[in-house]
Amino acid sequence: MSLTRRKFLRGTAVAGAACAVAGLAEAEERKEKTLPPKAVGLLFDSTLCVGCKACVSACREANNLHPEFNNGINLWDAPLDLSANSLTVIKAYSEGSAENKDQEQDGFAFVKKSCLHCVDPSCVSVCPVSAMTKDPVTGIVSYNPNNCIGCRYCVAACPFGVPRFEYNKTIARLRKCEMCKQRQAEGKIPACADVCPTGATLFGSERALRAEAERRHQLAVGERTFFPRKTVGSTDTYEKRAPRYDTQTYGLKEVGGTQVCYLAGVPFAKLGLPSLPEKSFVSTSEKIQHTLYKGMIAPALLFGSLLFAVRRNAKADEKEDE
Amino acid sequence: MSPKPVGGPYITGTTILAGLMVAIMAMLVLIRFFFGLGTVTNLNDGYSWGLWLAYDVVAGTAIGCGGYAIALVVYVLNKGHYHPLVRPAILASMFGYAIGGTSVLIDISRWWNFWHILWPTYFNLNSVMIEVALCISIYTTVLMLEFAPVVVEKVVGWTRQRGGNLHALTTTVEKVLDKTIFVLIALGMTLPTMHQSSLGTMLIPFGYFINPLWQTPLLPALYLLTALSIGYAIVMFEATLVSDRFSRPSEARILGLLSRYMTAVVALFMVIRFGDIIYRGNLTYIFTSHGLSYAFLAENLLSIVGIILLLSERRRMAPRYQFISALCILSSCVLYRIDSYLVAYHRVGWHYFPSAPEILITFGMIAVEVLGYILIVRHFPVLHSAAPVNAQAPASE
Repeated sequence: MSLTRRKFLRGTAVAGAACAVAGLAEAEERKEKTLPPKAVGLLFDSTLCVGCKACVSACREANNLHPEFNNGINLWDAPLDLSANSLTVIKAYSEGSAENKDQEQDGFAFVKKSCLHCVDPSCVSVCPVSAMTKDPVTGIVSYNPNNCIGCRYCVAACPFGVPRFEYNKTIARLRKCEMCKQRQAEGKIPACADVCPTGATLFGSERALRAEAERRHQLAVGERTFFPRKTVGSTDTYEKRAPRYDTQTYGLKEVGGTQVCYLAGVPFAKLGLPSLPEKSFVSTSEKIQHTLYKGMIAPALLFGSLLFAVRRNAKADEKEDE
Repeated sequence: MSPKPVGGPYITGTTILAGLMVAIMAMLVLIRFFFGLGTVTNLNDGYSWGLWLAYDVVAGTAIGCGGYAIALVVYVLNKGHYHPLVRPAILASMFGYAIGGTSVLIDISRWWNFWHILWPTYFNLNSVMIEVALCISIYTTVLMLEFAPVVVEKVVGWTRQRGGNLHALTTTVEKVLDKTIFVLIALGMTLPTMHQSSLGTMLIPFGYFINPLWQTPLLPALYLLTALSIGYAIVMFEATLVSDRFSRPSEARILGLLSRYMTAVVALFMVIRFGDIIYRGNLTYIFTSHGLSYAFLAENLLSIVGIILLLSERRRMAPRYQFISALCILSSCVLYRIDSYLVAYHRVGWHYFPSAPEILITFGMIAVEVLGYILIVRHFPVLHSAAPVNAQAPASE
């Protein structure tokens, strides 16, 4: 009797382990998520940005955020980084004499930080209580404080460091850019794109924005061309010589793609945009979970065989006691 | 033979010290709830998870895996002679998990929404954390039920003198528990297998934030193995400490036999870990990760020392070596867990080191465990009065 039990247990143990190992080995692949049908997004062209921070100010107004004073003089808004109070900030890169715009050496460049609205967002995947969601149509990544338990897993997991938490409040919440979805509901465009004087921040359908990015890459350096303001395809345009762009558009492939993409004249790493793999990190964790817990079959099998083992051994013990 | 209350004074130097630490913790926790996380912790947007998550929850629940590890040996491998270790292990596990759960409650900022992790309409089944949260909640309940017979046994003894319906009721409860306990025991082995491995999977979304020496898709397997090795190590650590502190007969023989499971699991862990590091071509990180290289070295040296110490039969049966080896392996695996969640997690431009109040709260949590353990073994039948193994255990298996 004990031999068959042992065999049975060994069999289930080996089978279970094999399933787990196969699952883990397979875990590196999961079907890639794709751009939602009516994905909206932003295109930020660093070469057009003059660092005026009108977007920062407009974002505050649109989202009821107060100015941040960091220079000792409480006169002008000077946020140092994204925070629960600053959903977008402009940061500057400078090197050497910082004389030439959009040059890596002896140059400077601006970058706008805000949520990138990933195609496969980490924050949405990790949130245990569905407080972070991605709109299936527009792809906007939103936060619902009513669901949130405040575990801050999203803060720790976002590869871009976007979600920010209120650590110094009793009734704390998370804040992040939601692409002014309240304005979009009224037919307006995100505040940052609306006020940008040079069209450095452009709003529109993500597919059109990506086509526009591609068009700019195709331009010869110095060629005269038109740049739209506010939205891609808008009639509000101005003529300017094409700048020299870094070879890539940032956000087409990074962690499965993002709906906020970047063009720049200096390498993206200099602008604080990390170099990331094409596959999102959460696609691996989700694959592992969904393999191990598929239909709860593996846990049920484990529980069943343990139940069997415990019962058998407990009975054997009882007999010994008698 | 059977477990009996240890008895003795409740008020000693140790319990007073532990009580003081619990009181300090209680005050700090109140401040945290009234004025927010930032007033008590050094947590920030770069390191939004700190000491409480890494130690109290991730390492703490593993330290609470003694019950799980022992149950596997007793009930699956059918080694009944380890039975005397079960009750104290389950008691310690119950504390480990209750503390882990309480720490989560203190740590989460919007704690009034805590029930969302138990309410299906909120579930995000893609989240590794929902599995961990649910599983830990259920398992903590299971542990309490598994420990219930100890309390019931005491109550039955008390009602026996009174007789009547009350005694009939308590004996019925005892019988029902006795008949159904096998379900709890099986659950008590299934659930930790699930959430202890998931605690590893929870790190995978962090991607490049975690040094490649720790970041791998094999994290769930590695975390399961550390849960087991920490489980065996804590049982050995505790048993040697308890037989010394409470002047009880030594359990050296049974622990010597048990230690082989501990060293085997740690050895397997190291083989898989190094195999994975080599397979992924990350060997060079061992030498080029600056401070983390030392952390990696410390983890591995501690494990190796722990294994080597118990290689010879003579040392394996000696309480002193059992204690040191268990301590080495415990430190090694706890370090591995803290490193992977905190030390090897790196965010450019951000810094984190736990604040004094954060550390005091963690100490307070440990004090709750120590205090609770002492009071309960003095009052309830947890520890075996004599080491029955000397007569029963086979010389070798």
